[in-house]
Amino acid sequence: MFLFAIFLPLISFFICVFFNNYTKSSHLNLISCFLLFLSTIASLFSIISFQSNGPNTYVLGNWIVSGSLNVDWSIQMNLLSSSMVLMVNFVSTLIHIYSVGYMNNDSRKIIFMGYLGLFTFFMLFLVSSSNLVQLFLGWEGVGLTSYLLIGFWNYKASANNAALKAFVVNRVGDFGLLIALFTLFIVFGTLNVNEIMILLNSHFDSNFSFLGFDIHAITIITILLFIGCMGKSAQFGLHVWLPDAMEGPTPVSALIHAATMVTAGVFLLILVSPLLEASGLTRNLILIIGSLTCIFASSVAIFQNDIKRIIAYSTCSQLGYMFMSIGVSAYSIAYFHLLSHAFFKALLFLGAGSVIHSMSDEQNIKKMGGLYSKIPVTYICMLIGSCSLIGLPFFSGYYSKDLILEFIYLGETTFNSYVFFIGILGVFFTTIYSTRLIIHVFHGKNLSDEKVFAHIHESSAIMIVPLVILAVFAIFYGMISHHYFLDKNYLNMWSQIIFVNKELNENYVLENIPTLFRKLPLLVISLGLAMCFCLYFAFRKFPSYLKSRFSIFCSFFTNKWFIDEIYKVLLIKPILYLGKGFWKSIDIDLIDNLGPNGITRVVRSSGLWVSKLQSGYLYHYVLSVVIGLTLFLSLYIYIF
Amino acid sequence: MLNLPILPILIILPLFGLVFILFSSEVDEFAKQAKKSALWTTASTFFLSLYLPFNFEKDIPHFQFVNSFNWFNSENIRFSLGVDGISMPFIILTTFLVLVCMIFIFPQSKKKMRMYLCSFLLLESFLIGTFSAIDLFSFYIFFESILIPMYLIIGFWGGERRIYSAYKFFLYTLLGSVLMLIAIIFLYQEFGTTSIPKLLDYTLPFYIQSWLWLAFFSSFAVKIPMWPFHTWLPDAHVEAPTEGSVILAGILLKLGGYGFIRFNLSILPDASIFFTPFVYFLSVVAVIYTSFIALVQEDMKKLIAYSSVAHMGFVTLGIFSANIQGLHGAIIQMISHGVISAALFFSIGSIYNRFQTKEIVFFGGLAFKMPKFSVFFLIFSLSAIGFPGTSGFVGEFLTLLSAYSKNTLVAVLSSTGVILAAAYMLLLYKNVFLGEISNNLERKIDDLKISETFTFVMLSIVIFVIGIKPNIILDYTTSSLDRIIKLYPISIY
Repeated sequence: MFLFAIFLPLISFFICVFFNNYTKSSHLNLISCFLLFLSTIASLFSIISFQSNGPNTYVLGNWIVSGSLNVDWSIQMNLLSSSMVLMVNFVSTLIHIYSVGYMNNDSRKIIFMGYLGLFTFFMLFLVSSSNLVQLFLGWEGVGLTSYLLIGFWNYKASANNAALKAFVVNRVGDFGLLIALFTLFIVFGTLNVNEIMILLNSHFDSNFSFLGFDIHAITIITILLFIGCMGKSAQFGLHVWLPDAMEGPTPVSALIHAATMVTAGVFLLILVSPLLEASGLTRNLILIIGSLTCIFASSVAIFQNDIKRIIAYSTCSQLGYMFMSIGVSAYSIAYFHLLSHAFFKALLFLGAGSVIHSMSDEQNIKKMGGLYSKIPVTYICMLIGSCSLIGLPFFSGYYSKDLILEFIYLGETTFNSYVFFIGILGVFFTTIYSTRLIIHVFHGKNLSDEKVFAHIHESSAIMIVPLVILAVFAIFYGMISHHYFLDKNYLNMWSQIIFVNKELNENYVLENIPTLFRKLPLLVISLGLAMCFCLYFAFRKFPSYLKSRFSIFCSFFTNKWFIDEIYKVLLIKPILYLGKGFWKSIDIDLIDNLGPNGITRVVRSSGLWVSKLQSGYLYHYVLSVVIGLTLFLSLYIYIF
Repeated sequence: MLNLPILPILIILPLFGLVFILFSSEVDEFAKQAKKSALWTTASTFFLSLYLPFNFEKDIPHFQFVNSFNWFNSENIRFSLGVDGISMPFIILTTFLVLVCMIFIFPQSKKKMRMYLCSFLLLESFLIGTFSAIDLFSFYIFFESILIPMYLIIGFWGGERRIYSAYKFFLYTLLGSVLMLIAIIFLYQEFGTTSIPKLLDYTLPFYIQSWLWLAFFSSFAVKIPMWPFHTWLPDAHVEAPTEGSVILAGILLKLGGYGFIRFNLSILPDASIFFTPFVYFLSVVAVIYTSFIALVQEDMKKLIAYSSVAHMGFVTLGIFSANIQGLHGAIIQMISHGVISAALFFSIGSIYNRFQTKEIVFFGGLAFKMPKFSVFFLIFSLSAIGFPGTSGFVGEFLTLLSAYSKNTLVAVLSSTGVILAAAYMLLLYKNVFLGEISNNLERKIDDLKISETFTFVMLSIVIFVIGIKPNIILDYTTSSLDRIIKLYPISIY
């Protein structure tokens, strides 16, 4: 059953690609949606049967067997993987259905459906693999399919560049992951996750000599793993690909951001949580990077005008929250936020897609406005998504995000309080950019062309239905399921797979945090909302006044802290310069000139020089004979 | 088991085809007759060569299918052939790639087609000979003879600067080989035999080993090629005709790696340990340096040529790490690079046949004109990048893993090649296939022909099969490699 859940999307991909030219596209659409639906059902059944049968591993064969290295093709079913598979399949099915409507006018829509299927498959493969090499396959696979999907409109130069950037930046992360795998293999002698966890205790204090330094083995492993996760989950430093990835069609953004690709990093860290527990240094690093990402992305989001980019940066900052949660060892909470984030972020992206669709592909929020009456369903869905994102009480985001902040407050590191306040500040920024987005898009006066305006219409039912389903989840998911991640009995179940600090349950939280701090997020949200209403309704002139006053400050944020520019100057240009230099100066000028060309030149010139002696004139020869004779004679006389 | 003298048959069979072509009628304008006979010859050679893996005893580390002939009326220098787990995959690779070349060339026409085909058959015969020779002397003769057809292929059917490139190729390789010849003569003087299995049992004092090591190294380092002996490769590739490039990158480069394993590592283990840091240094430089250069190339073939040097850097890393993962990785990497680079050169050949240029700036948006082709090219690029599930990944993973167990710095530095490879291959893909359709392509362009599709499908299947189940090759090599590793003293690094 579980295997069906994983391999059906792959079958969907093959059907879409191979039968593209032979079957009617509507049939193929139906088939691929149906296959995805089946695989959702299958994953639902497998999670139900899991409760009675317990974890299981399906070995499909061996992959690489070389000496002591033994890598299998195998699928692992446990609570973590099966719940993740269910979520991925569920969101992906909705996105498949949505894409049928969204991509209706594209000539390559079937290929698009195929790519979506492939993407889903790789993600499922990633989360369900029992060894890290196979996980790496899924890891690279989602990178590849995101490359294909981002660059789907491949006549657009910007899309191609964005796709290339996404792949290469991800590769930087993969590089870290690869080295982490090597280190794991050297230290543990295996790459199977379960075996590593068993062997963990005996390697708690072992050291590893890395680049000549003798470092605590698990620290270096986890830091390298974290670098991999930074690339995939777009953490500060390696986040640059994510906003550009918005060049792809909207369902792509939803898939990449919400359910799948970016959460892969969080997932991996949760998977190896027992390792992370052995290294306080790594957790602190994760905490710092997470909070930095959170504050960076949410501050930049306020200054963006592209609707998709705003949501992209918001994803970035939400991932920051997840990483912060991992940094304070609250893995189950990070996982909770991952799941609830998947629902409301997918909702937001699909909603944004619906807006863009109705606005005839306009993405600039400054050119929208007053849409709420024209597209009411989308409006309500977006509103629900935003509320959930902000973390208004009783929406999904409220449960998960508040828990994260509470756990950060309870954490034991020295700089907890700073991180906590950064988290609170992040909530404040989140409120501002979400409200700003809603107000610009749906309220106020419409600023678009008349032609576009006249054309505004609600999207077709096939796009609205997934939105509504997701909206329902965005509201109720947190309410229903938060005790799965906090309740003592469930925590016991989790602790079989991941590290769980059992002390941190519901009661403990209630007892140990002052009410003020527990209500602080709420306070900040209301403050943010109030400020936005003031700025956008009461004092309309004020934002532009601020902007003109602090233009340097503004450009710092609108240019995303100049990170792209810094990379360009510090990395890309020198590498290209070096490449040119190596090629022209060393290869051609130095090696060739001294090597083959040099040798031939020497041979030729000495040959020419020698050939001059053979001039053919008799008097030359006579002269040399005379000179030679004289020399020999005088030598003879001199010696004897 | 039927006692077939399979190796002599494999060597002679292409020569038969060659004779047949030479006597075929010259009147035939498109050399159809000749192409047909070449195709049949190579196909039968390929299928006959499959006799080897099916009758190979995997657990025996020694040479099998041994055939030995008297040559100089001397018991010490004989013409002996045999294969073990290390050489067997290369023989299959050779027969396979030559067959694919013949399929690819089938619908094309060229000047002096019959001679062209003859040189390939000659080359195939020599290559099989080189891989199956188990006597230093016969090895050397085959190894050197390869230069003749290859020189002709580049020098006669090549591009504009073909003479320069052919000379450069010849000079470089000859210089290395001369030193190897001296080493072989020295070995004969010392032990009175040139039989490789016998030499494996002797041990030499260290100072002699190191000189011999350098002599063998100079020959194979040029072949593989390692930095800084690589400058012949880009020129040779750019000027060589498509099939020439395929054989050059696909098989000839592997002679270097094969030689390293067969001679430097097996016969001269002490010196190998001594020189390991040196090889590591050159490999790391090769990986990073050539990847940087590949990033700024303007000619597609040159880009692939430089990337070949980088890929071979992984091979040398794996070989001189001298553990089972490293050697397995090196062999898989060589086989997989043989297939992938062949595929990439065929692809560029398809492009060149249509547009008569390989300049990257000439193109843009080719994916819209040739959608099928663009899919294949993407598959090949990804395997060159080392995407998991393709053959490229297995080789890179194993070689880097083994290098990492010996020296973390070396492995970390060369792992950056993984990032750079993604950058230059996808940049190439973007510039040629994606974006707006370039003005130069504003005409009707045929997508792949049947022969091309067939070629690409075959190569993709091999890439995926090796990538998903590398052990179909690795299992053959294990016992032979184990023997080498057992003889190899434990290294300090």
